[in-house]
Amino acid sequence: MFRTALRNVLAHKARLLMTVLAVMLGVAFVSGTLVFTNTISDAFQKSSEKGFTGVDVAVTPHKDSDNDKPGRAPKLTQTTLDTISKVPGAASVTGSVGGFAAIADKQGKLIGEGFGSTGANYYPGAGGKDPRYAMKTGHAPRNANEIALDAKTADRAGYKVGDTVRLSVDGPVLTPKVTGVFTTDDGNVAAGGSLVLFDTATAQKYYAKPGEFSEIDVKAAAGTSQTALKAAVDKVLPRDTESQTGQKLADDQASTIASGMSTMKTTLLTFAGIALFVGIFIIANTFTMLVAQRTKELALMRAVGASRRQVTRSILIEAFVVGAVAAVTGLLAGIGIGAGLRSLLGSTGATLPDGPLVVSPGTVVASLVVGIVVTMLAAWLPGRRAAKIPPVAAMSSVHAAASPRSLVVRNSIGAALTAIGAAIVLVGSEQGILALGAGLLLIGVFVLTPLLSRPLIAAAGPLLRPFGISGKLAQLNAVRNPRRTAATASALMIGLTLITGLTVIAGSTQQAIDKMATSAVRADYLVSMASGTPLSPDVSKKLSENSALSAVSPLRTTDTRIDGDHQSLTGVNGRSIADLTKLDFQSGSFAGLSGDKAVVDDKLAKDHGWKVGSAFTATMEDGQKARFTVSGVFKGNELMRGIMVDSTALAPHQSDIVDMQVLVKAKGGVSESAKDSIRKALGDNPAIAIKTKQDISNDIAKGINLMLNILYGLLAMAVVVAVLGVINTLAMSVFERSQEIGMLRAIGIDRSGIKWMVRLESLLISLFGGVLGIVLGVFFGWAGGRLIGKSLAGFELVLPWGRMALFLLLAALVGVLAALWPARRAAKLNMLTAIKAE
Amino acid sequence: MHPSGSPFGVQTAARPTAVAAHATDLTKVYGHGETQVVALDSVSVQFHQAQFTAIMGPSGSGKSTLMHCMAGLDTVSRGSARIGDTELTTLNDKKLTRLRRDKIGFIFQAFNLLPTLTALENITLPMDIAGRKPDQGWLDMVVETVGLSGRLKHRPNQLSGGQQQRVAVARALAGKPEIMFADEPTGNLDSRSGAEVLGFLRNSVRELGQTVVMVTHDPVAASYADRVVFLADGRIVDELHAPTADAVLDRMKRFDAKGRTS
Repeated sequence: MFRTALRNVLAHKARLLMTVLAVMLGVAFVSGTLVFTNTISDAFQKSSEKGFTGVDVAVTPHKDSDNDKPGRAPKLTQTTLDTISKVPGAASVTGSVGGFAAIADKQGKLIGEGFGSTGANYYPGAGGKDPRYAMKTGHAPRNANEIALDAKTADRAGYKVGDTVRLSVDGPVLTPKVTGVFTTDDGNVAAGGSLVLFDTATAQKYYAKPGEFSEIDVKAAAGTSQTALKAAVDKVLPRDTESQTGQKLADDQASTIASGMSTMKTTLLTFAGIALFVGIFIIANTFTMLVAQRTKELALMRAVGASRRQVTRSILIEAFVVGAVAAVTGLLAGIGIGAGLRSLLGSTGATLPDGPLVVSPGTVVASLVVGIVVTMLAAWLPGRRAAKIPPVAAMSSVHAAASPRSLVVRNSIGAALTAIGAAIVLVGSEQGILALGAGLLLIGVFVLTPLLSRPLIAAAGPLLRPFGISGKLAQLNAVRNPRRTAATASALMIGLTLITGLTVIAGSTQQAIDKMATSAVRADYLVSMASGTPLSPDVSKKLSENSALSAVSPLRTTDTRIDGDHQSLTGVNGRSIADLTKLDFQSGSFAGLSGDKAVVDDKLAKDHGWKVGSAFTATMEDGQKARFTVSGVFKGNELMRGIMVDSTALAPHQSDIVDMQVLVKAKGGVSESAKDSIRKALGDNPAIAIKTKQDISNDIAKGINLMLNILYGLLAMAVVVAVLGVINTLAMSVFERSQEIGMLRAIGIDRSGIKWMVRLESLLISLFGGVLGIVLGVFFGWAGGRLIGKSLAGFELVLPWGRMALFLLLAALVGVLAALWPARRAAKLNMLTAIKAE
Repeated sequence: MHPSGSPFGVQTAARPTAVAAHATDLTKVYGHGETQVVALDSVSVQFHQAQFTAIMGPSGSGKSTLMHCMAGLDTVSRGSARIGDTELTTLNDKKLTRLRRDKIGFIFQAFNLLPTLTALENITLPMDIAGRKPDQGWLDMVVETVGLSGRLKHRPNQLSGGQQQRVAVARALAGKPEIMFADEPTGNLDSRSGAEVLGFLRNSVRELGQTVVMVTHDPVAASYADRVVFLADGRIVDELHAPTADAVLDRMKRFDAKGRTS
């Protein structure tokens, strides 16, 4: 049996080529994802482990302690450090503080993306050296005017010892001198970030309080275990601090990385799954056609004594061989893709640590199993159908085209599924239920595609008229085998449904956010740190002194507790905030926002039962209670929500004043000179971003476009597989109809007429899938949008007509491309062999 | 089952003797060197207008090849093949295709109808390909002649084998071709349906003035023709006029005997 199956595979290798390719692509996607994510994850883990080699026990403030001063983390002092250093078994103790430090390159531009721009202290231990940082050239920073720079960043920006650099920690520009360039195992640096080292006192000033650390690392003396050291350290720890062993920290970080990578892996595998799912249609189509073409042969096997089960099994063995070949080649291709992706990312961002390519046994097994199981699964139904061929079919001289099974049952099931699915989508309001409805609807439409193919393709008739007989024959051929056409078109439909749905949602979301950003804000400029870290209050102070600006207000947040719940308060400039924002007040207003007055958003007002005039008490950062009176209720949105009070009301309770953003209105509105004047007032700071509403809209658009493009890229694989499917179907059809084509050539259709006939059939099938996909995609986009609309005010459906036209064009392009080879083949068919009787 | 005489016998007597197709020293060689097969060896033959010619011969004699070359379906190695005044050997694929479309009608052994088209659509297919309107009067007469009037809306799979081949005959006739080629047109039919189809072919010659060239190995089929040309080993070895089935069978037996003794 196995030999017969193998012979069959070999005999039909050309016809199986597209199937193998389709499975191969899916498997390559799976194995490429696994290889890539494992490699990256492994490299990150190694680099993070390295970062903890010098740490046996780390002491940090206990963040979630039951503290009656909300928002204020306890700090570690020099005294704590000195106490710990005397613990038995502690060889050396290092205190560290760190945070954001933006450094400008020679053109004044921020180096890196912002979130990887870090600063820390150089803590000279025994022998005056910090073991974490090895100086390559120069010496460690000793005062506020000196810094050391990591070698990678220094190389990138071309800085050397002796250069003066511009940098910024929380606002004001600093211009220290580089006195040293160092190398380090620091994980952030390994991942492409920058690291600036200050002397400890300076770093403490920037990142904590003089004399305070954010972390104390202890190295064990020889012979002391990490756990023993931790036990000893724990005895002397002050309250609200905690310790961890270095091993635990490394493990924690490793698991954080692993979970981060697993999200990425899941996402990629989802798209690989979609590509494989699309592949199933092609495999099923291929085996159905092979079985139909071999009816006589299979009947002969039955006639000479093969059982039904043996016939099914022989088909499944063929599928196994096809799947195995595809899986092995796919695995190899995937390993190549994984390696290629890494070097691609490495060459663009250089943000990945180095490490060997990881091809785990799990990857190999998963890829092989996926390829083989998917193929066999898809071939199972055709295999069962093959078993039903009666032995007598071998004897009948007529080319026994199996009598087309009725579509009635299929259509009834499809209609039911579609109706139920659509109803759930229309009525459902929860994500899970909506997804279920969408799934049912999609399956229902799949099942109905053969039924839909006739009217939809017939509707294209008038467009085909200019093509004469080729157009007419193409149209008839396209609906000749509705199941085959449906399966082929469905493969394309899936990809286009997802692409269109995502585009609709993204476009609508973008417009909603955009509207909000621009409608809720009157300010001309929003000033913030490029990294999203807080600004120094100096910034808003400096800007309010600038005479070119008419209104300035910080958005200053502080943590409080109201009725036992954490709630952040936003401190604003009560006099100017009304000029800077455009909020929809349901009652009251910004007017006279000062002292104990507060404006709150509608949601909070509803939750707490507040009205204008209600009073509430908040426990402030310093533990004291403050009483506020509601003077206005506004409709909250993504940018402005929560509670706003005058910043002077917060000042007495805050030890560290930080602003998230500063809103600015210029006297002359948005202009280059206004922006220049703001930039100058802030000392040309590379770390500060000054954005107009338009900039923010553009950023939002850019972000959403980037995300969309990534999704398009991931879905492209599903479309490529669908193209293979169309090629496959056409090639098989041309093969099956070769006698007909020969006759047509004999009675007078020329080669180009035959080519057009195949091309137009391909176009019809592709456009059929495309139209279905776009319509379903819009429907899903609308349904998903309704869900988003609940949490995103101002969301309304935006139909991206331009893009939808583009997708339809894409479907047409798929049709044209897919027909290239089958059309050539059909035109080249030898008339004589084609018309000779069998 | 023997054909009855035509009621228009007088007309047929006055048939012109112009040549519809003409082969001169036609040679067709397949393969190269050791595997070379000479399918046609300097064949010269004329097919007259309004005449029904049968080409006979044992299998491998080259009868199908001769038809394919004369009909512009296959290329020629040496010599000349003409339809009317048109030399086929100098035409490119496009021109040959047009010639087949406009001047030649085909009837194949496997009926070769498009299953997606109705009987009528199959009949008018060559005109549809050319983008021409069929001559309605002629079409009606053809349909009437082959007895398909009630079945024009049927698809091929709703018709019997004989009816399908009648559709094929009507398709070949509908374009008023200069010459019709039939390749074993009764090969897949039972004897009654076969007789019907052959009757139509003969009537189309006698009554409609068509020219038919038919390849067959069936002496009964050949007896419907006005003239039988015998081929063996790629050469024309004999011909018969106004044949009877017995005469054809006799002649065939002699070839067989010769083949066995030589």
